[in-house]
Amino acid sequence: MSTPTPAGLDTVARAAATPEREQPWADLGLKADEYARIREILGRRPTGAELAMYSVMWSEHCSYKSSKVHLKVFGDHLTDAMKTSLMVGIGENAGVVDIGHDWAVTFKVESHNHPSFIEPYQGAATGVGGIIRDIMAMGARPIAVMDSLRFGAIDHPDTARVVPGVVSGVGGYGNCIGLPNIGGEVVFDPSYQGNPLVNALCVGAMKHADVHLANARGVGNLVVLFGARTGGDGIGGVSVLASETFEDSGPSKRPAVQVGDPFQEKVLIECCLDLFSADLVEGIQDLGGAGLSCATSELASAGDGGMLVHLDRVPLRDPSLSPEEILMSESQERMMAVVTPANIDAFLAVTARWDVEAAVLGEVTDGDHLVVQWHGETVVDVPPRTVAHDGPVYERPYARPASQDALQADVPTAERLARPGTDEELRALLLRMVASPNLCSRAWVTDQYDRYVLGGTALATPDDAGVVRVDEETGLGVALSLDGNGRYARLDPRTGAQLALAEAYRNVSAAGAKPLAVTDCLNFGSPEDPGVMWQFAEAVRGLAVGCEALGVPVTGGNVSLYNQTGDQGLDSAVLPTPVIGVLGVLDDVRRRTPSGWKVAGQNLYLLGTTREEFGGSEWAWAEHGHLGGMPPAVDFAAEALLGDVLVQCSRDGLVDAAHDLSDGGLAQALVESVLRYGVGARVWLDELLERDGIDAFTALFAESAARAVVAVPREEEVRFTDMCTARGLPHLRIGVSDAEPGVEPVLDVQGHFAVPVADLRAAHSSTLPRHFG
Amino acid sequence: MRIGVVTFPGSLDDGDARRAVRLAGAEPVRLWHADADLHGVDAVVLPGGFSYGDYLRCGAIARFAPVMTEVVAAARRGVPVLGICNGFQVLCESHLLPGALVRNEAQRFVCTDQRLVVENADTAWTSALTAGSEITVPLKNGEGGFVADTETLDRLEGEGRVVFRYAGPNPNGSLRAIAGITDERGNVVGLMPHPEHAVEEGFGPTTDGLALFASVLTAGLAAVGA
Amino acid sequence: MGRVVIDVMPKPEILDPQGKAVVGALPRLGFDAFTGVRQGKRFELEVPGEVTPEVLAQARAAAETLLSNPVIEDVVSVRDAAAGEVASA
Repeated sequence: MSTPTPAGLDTVARAAATPEREQPWADLGLKADEYARIREILGRRPTGAELAMYSVMWSEHCSYKSSKVHLKVFGDHLTDAMKTSLMVGIGENAGVVDIGHDWAVTFKVESHNHPSFIEPYQGAATGVGGIIRDIMAMGARPIAVMDSLRFGAIDHPDTARVVPGVVSGVGGYGNCIGLPNIGGEVVFDPSYQGNPLVNALCVGAMKHADVHLANARGVGNLVVLFGARTGGDGIGGVSVLASETFEDSGPSKRPAVQVGDPFQEKVLIECCLDLFSADLVEGIQDLGGAGLSCATSELASAGDGGMLVHLDRVPLRDPSLSPEEILMSESQERMMAVVTPANIDAFLAVTARWDVEAAVLGEVTDGDHLVVQWHGETVVDVPPRTVAHDGPVYERPYARPASQDALQADVPTAERLARPGTDEELRALLLRMVASPNLCSRAWVTDQYDRYVLGGTALATPDDAGVVRVDEETGLGVALSLDGNGRYARLDPRTGAQLALAEAYRNVSAAGAKPLAVTDCLNFGSPEDPGVMWQFAEAVRGLAVGCEALGVPVTGGNVSLYNQTGDQGLDSAVLPTPVIGVLGVLDDVRRRTPSGWKVAGQNLYLLGTTREEFGGSEWAWAEHGHLGGMPPAVDFAAEALLGDVLVQCSRDGLVDAAHDLSDGGLAQALVESVLRYGVGARVWLDELLERDGIDAFTALFAESAARAVVAVPREEEVRFTDMCTARGLPHLRIGVSDAEPGVEPVLDVQGHFAVPVADLRAAHSSTLPRHFG
Repeated sequence: MRIGVVTFPGSLDDGDARRAVRLAGAEPVRLWHADADLHGVDAVVLPGGFSYGDYLRCGAIARFAPVMTEVVAAARRGVPVLGICNGFQVLCESHLLPGALVRNEAQRFVCTDQRLVVENADTAWTSALTAGSEITVPLKNGEGGFVADTETLDRLEGEGRVVFRYAGPNPNGSLRAIAGITDERGNVVGLMPHPEHAVEEGFGPTTDGLALFASVLTAGLAAVGA
Repeated sequence: MGRVVIDVMPKPEILDPQGKAVVGALPRLGFDAFTGVRQGKRFELEVPGEVTPEVLAQARAAAETLLSNPVIEDVVSVRDAAAGEVASA
């Protein structure tokens, strides 16, 4: 690559004059046909700076070139009804949803997987920082974050390196920036060894009039870069993310890891909000992956003219950076705004008040090209759409793997996997299950996150969903849940994706919120493997169909491919892991439903039907290391009905607690509800066994979907059962919450076994501290 | 009554402190770090957060903010000052309170609903509480371990200047489980836990924290009148 | 361009949880020769010209006012980087 000295500078003029010069397109991750296409677009060879821009913007990470053809299916399944609350859909930095009373929220989940493996603390921290800037770029005040984390086997030595780093990175950034962390997931599975998944979600709120978009309109308007200085961070970071081989960190010897500064970002948030409220910004864009390459080309291509940028005006932390490197730098905590000349002084006064550095880099022009100059010499002159949006689109081959049939045929029947034979074995199993890596208490993780800052948190982990207030006057707020299950998706990607959606939908409903919209983070292996590509295609279709069935649109998200080490087919890829976030709205968050009962004497009802469904279950995995059969069946009509009833129960005050049933089944839900406030329960299963034709083991551990446990105050029982009957929702009284003063609380499954709550707590809470200190 | 809440760059719980002041029945007033002016407020809250990123030491840079010169002078005049978490750290760095806060013994940030024993109900910020009673408010910090030399600790204990003590397991390695202290006069109080996150039904574990802000309504007026 | 180097250490009597964590980790990695670790801070202050006695005096004042907290830390050394490892306690 060229040096910044004028003599060696690869200008447009020089590129035109030296068409035969060899260029390192392959090292930058471009294919021969892609390089040829760039030359065709430009009618000459690209300059070094142009090559850097195209390579980074046409990478898998930025261009979605492998996934694009499949993602279109979301549009095919978007009905008019689903659009009613959608103010901004897929394509902007994040989707925007109308939640009523002139308020809108924007939310999105994004991956930062590979960087979190290389440097767990900074990888996770900058993942959180990046998604927060996406939300700010819509004009919103960020109000909460969540994170979905997947790691290798809990006892693997490298897991002991990655987990504490990632968790303290998520916490270190989120805590310091002052956003409550209200929930998420932590999952352990050997398939994520070497490929941890770190998916971070942020939600923000704004008044309707404050919605901002990323575009550069108005000839003569100024292009301003503000925030942190630009350094060598993550140059080649995007290449690392996108490159086929994990070790190949691109041509640069600069560090591939970005370092985050949450203090700078906190100041940047307050600064942006002041700029928005003074109406000083025409268009705004965050700088994330691909840095200035992405910000300038996206702003320009969404605008109505061209753009001229003087790259030498970028404030640098490292003065030795070349123009190519400045364009590719992923230094964090930077934003780009389009500002009218009339407003620029006021704009700079606001940034000065917050001690935020700002530089006017250039302006919107009446041409149609993005022109970048370096000390007066033109180093980039491109149609911006060709960089930002007209990247390559691949129709990669995909095929159902031959091994899929055998996998699905390996049903975990009673003959195949031993089940507990006695009540004593059932009791012992319960204690092992609540202590197992994926079912044990997440407190070791979530106690490192501030869940109280901003003062609007109405529910957070370990409740089913996180709930935060948006409007202090009315109590209007949102609920969010982030769910995924890679084992289900491995067995059947379509059903697996739908189960993740159904679970998030159910969790939000259980908290009492009406589900409105969806964000997704699709984590898969290499798209060059037809089996992986089939998993992806199936999952996307399943998700699109499910969203239509439930009437909730996908508003944005992220695709992360190449989550694999080696090329041994599906076995070297991570479990296909669509992580689904569902957002719901509550008119008053004080009416939210917690996941545990606080008082004795409330009737416990099981909603939904239980079947002998153990394919991909936590029991089969934790007890037998088995993964086979089909995942639980999905019934969206049943999910919608259950969700509707749960929301109505919250609105009418019919239930005091609600907990969805998912991983670990009824047993896990009962344990979590009992542990929430330390109030025990007496449970009887006989009627359930008879009605659903199952045994006690199945009743307790099967993972059938569309189920929940609720606690109904006695005075509401008639109204509650009448409503369930009228709506046709299967409901059965299975117990009563139980506590007596001076008596140790107990979870008593009558006729089978009883466990003191203290023993449950000890088993549930000791696993993560034992592994991670 | 008007209570100022200082915003430093990196303050996080300033909005929560203002809400707590309002719910207690006083008027919250925003004070800006770069502004050497308390705008005639009757009391001051230094809120939680990571002022200036807490990069040097927690509270070390905030101590030198222009507004702090005024806060220190006001505190010496007897104006009630409450430092919460990062605010407590700023008060220690400013030498308005003795001791210092160091990294949690477990080396991890901790966020938990924390039980506290009220040891001193005679300060400007605790008069509405009862000595010996327990309250529960959130605790959230990475550097909340209170340290001081033995002589200082003995003096604090002897003079009844320990205001709050952690109940149950020590969450951060604070010496003698000290969660909050006061100055000789009882107008300056610093504590690591967050009363401002426990002022509203439905948000936070309890509403126990409201009592601190209610306390100053009477104490503050008395101090100003004095 | 000159540079002043300042070392700040936690006072011996103050708990140093970071040092404690490191000393606990060392034997697990087979480094068994060490019985204690204390973790401190090193500051590098750049000056446009030479490091004069006046510059050093100012650096010492800054070290004692801002860069350290006398309640928990000691300034153990303020020195000219070019002058080598001459500690001035």
